[in-house]
Amino acid sequence: MTAYIGKRLLAAIPVILGLSVIVFLVMKLIPGDPAQALLGSYATPDNVARINRALGLDRSWPEQYVIWIGNLLQGDFGRSYILNRPVLDEVLERFGATLILAGASLVICSVLGILAGIVSAVRQFGWTDRIVTFFVLIGISMPAFFLGLVFILFFAVQWRLLPASGMYAVYGGGDLPDLLRHLILPASTLAIVATGVVARLTRAAMLEVLRQDFIRTARAKGLSENKVIYRHAFRAALVSIIPVLGIQAGFVLGGAVYIETVFQWPGLGQMLVKAVSTRDMLLVQGGVLVAATVYVLVNLLADVAQAMLDPRLKA
Amino acid sequence: MIRTWKGLAPVLLAATAFALVSPAMAQTPPNILVVGQIAEPASLDPHVSTAANDFRIAVNIYDGLVRNTPGTLEIEPALATDWTISEDGLEYVFNLREGVTFHDGTPFNAEAVKFNFDRMLKEDHPFASTGPFPLAFFFSSVKDVEVVDDLTVKFTLNEAFAPFMSNLASPTGLIVSPAAVEQYGADYGRHPVGTGPFKFEEWQSNTSVVASRNDAYWDGAPSLEAVIFRPITDANTRVAEMLSGGIDVLLETPPDNVAQFASDANYQVVEAVGPHVWYVMLNAKDGPFADKRVRQAVNYAVNKESLVNDVLQGTADVSAGPIPPAFNWAYNEDVAPYPYDPEKAKALLAEAGAEGAKLTFLVTEGGSGMLDPVPMGTAIQADLAAVGLDVEIKTYEWNTFLSEVNPGLEGKGDMAEMAWMTSDPDTLPFLTLRTAAFPAEGGFNSSYYSNPEVDDLLDKARLSTDPAERGELYKQVQAITHEDAPWLFVANWKQNAVVTSAVGDFELQPDFSLVLRDVTKQ
Repeated sequence: MTAYIGKRLLAAIPVILGLSVIVFLVMKLIPGDPAQALLGSYATPDNVARINRALGLDRSWPEQYVIWIGNLLQGDFGRSYILNRPVLDEVLERFGATLILAGASLVICSVLGILAGIVSAVRQFGWTDRIVTFFVLIGISMPAFFLGLVFILFFAVQWRLLPASGMYAVYGGGDLPDLLRHLILPASTLAIVATGVVARLTRAAMLEVLRQDFIRTARAKGLSENKVIYRHAFRAALVSIIPVLGIQAGFVLGGAVYIETVFQWPGLGQMLVKAVSTRDMLLVQGGVLVAATVYVLVNLLADVAQAMLDPRLKA
Repeated sequence: MIRTWKGLAPVLLAATAFALVSPAMAQTPPNILVVGQIAEPASLDPHVSTAANDFRIAVNIYDGLVRNTPGTLEIEPALATDWTISEDGLEYVFNLREGVTFHDGTPFNAEAVKFNFDRMLKEDHPFASTGPFPLAFFFSSVKDVEVVDDLTVKFTLNEAFAPFMSNLASPTGLIVSPAAVEQYGADYGRHPVGTGPFKFEEWQSNTSVVASRNDAYWDGAPSLEAVIFRPITDANTRVAEMLSGGIDVLLETPPDNVAQFASDANYQVVEAVGPHVWYVMLNAKDGPFADKRVRQAVNYAVNKESLVNDVLQGTADVSAGPIPPAFNWAYNEDVAPYPYDPEKAKALLAEAGAEGAKLTFLVTEGGSGMLDPVPMGTAIQADLAAVGLDVEIKTYEWNTFLSEVNPGLEGKGDMAEMAWMTSDPDTLPFLTLRTAAFPAEGGFNSSYYSNPEVDDLLDKARLSTDPAERGELYKQVQAITHEDAPWLFVANWKQNAVVTSAVGDFELQPDFSLVLRDVTKQ
């Protein structure tokens, strides 16, 4: 197992390195630069050149890339041009917020999705199955940002039950209950689509397993139906469910971008959107690299979990 | 996807307004004002920052040597009690206010003033690396800052430069604590220390900036205990926060929502004109707009009343020229906006032989001061189509747009949208309408307008330190450029804010800053 993990980690290095080149090039190739964004209307060629010199952006691209990567390897992500603040501080702070949001959504979609999928598979074509399928379809087809707006409209504006935006109250709050109050709306919005996907795939996996011989054997041995389903069938189905959760983890991380915008959640997605529009190159590069690394690790984790459940995959 | 959502949002939010039966209850604590800002500040170092968003916070933490009298763009004393200007306009001597200290306890004096300007202007200053200082060129005419005595400071200029006092009153002229810059270095922008009515308390990234009352403020301590600035980038979310009681002040209300708040007794809508001009530059170098009659024709062809009333829902006034009425001392009342007259436009086009001309129109998706650029662009396109002009729109994201337009329109297009907010009537025409400001010369005259008379008037106005004489010169500039029509003059933005009924004495400033020292909250 250690060798397997080691091999996978080594394989991740060229992926991340290649990504660093792509992000760097993309940021260089889009028109406009940080000096332009800083200066806005006052961006004469003279001023732009002056600011670029101050930011070290007048050097050649390869030179800039090498400097960036060299500093990166020493743990220095550079300073955001626009925020005038260390990139790593900003990225980690923002990433923490995104992880809280994505993590909460992942928990919601895993628990609800798996439960719904199992129930739906066990009672295939029954009323429960139909109701679950109906809601799952709505969840999958409803655009999450729209749902988010509807949530804000009713829970925040109309009934004033939950805050409309932000992560903490700006005065007083700052404790766990405060965080949870702010988390409920964005996390459930983000979880809706993922829940539908998990439910559908769990249902399919369970149906497949339930048809197999060892389930018939288990039933023949006289095991209780609950034991058959949760001890035997579900465990076997997990092998196909876990990679789905890995993919969903990536999905909620990506989906966080627009949910963060709708709910003003101070996460990485919101930061990246703004950083791209202000051409804050080091911030974009640092943010994308950290996000990509975590994405690679999450998938690795999902693969390892799957390999542990199904030793055939280790080969 | 976000786009679709944005289209739906106003409808849903308007529906809410009707559905809301219970009056808004204030959820924010008494005497603490929560301001819904349009973005997270980039820096609270006023010399580093360029955004109106940041300046709204900075003007409450800092003072300048001079400031604009509330509600006007006239200069009044602040940290300087009085000043003298030499006959030739090259020497400015300021007497400084006695007994003022920065929030960190260090004294404000002539040394501090010198430190501030040297840091911005001298590349070899020990703290020059705490920049870059993008707007330092506001003071590029300053040759030297000299400490005469502890409370007297003398500025020597390279050349007479009449906008100097307006620039000192702009946020880039705010005075920071030298001791704090020395202490925090490049991180100073997150640890601002000034002499202003509010003291910086904390900055929680992406959540809030908190400032508390400065009890020792030289101009009398403010009534508010504290101000909290919350960044809420999405305009619809900002409206939702206002309706749900999470903020007391809503800045830059989307036009669609202004009427909704205006008709609700729980809120007050506050408006102020600002030194803002929204225009379409017309390429006078090549193509149909090289002919003055065609430029005049588009000014007659576009229904600007309809633009400001329908597209912008009354959040702007029709503009008559390059100098906005907010500069009342330099604004020419006799120049009326071009009336909407499509027949006259057609006649002018026929006379110039430009009927059915094909035109390329560069439009931005959004940007500082650009209001609602895409709908405005398409409305203009439709009005021009009605007089037989075939306009093709090309849309760009803001930073790309600037890098397309700033180097000049030649070979790229015939028309381009643009907007400016300035602190002095000189800035906009000087940077965009002079022959010496063609892009190749480093200016912003991207439409290549050239009139020696205008050049001459603008040069004269810069040298004159007599406001009445300066005003006269700008009035002439206004009359000539109106006739020459280098631009399609469209709108002057009225900034707006919504405050809850608990907030008192709230006023927006013509310079787009947000002065909170006199504001109250129950």
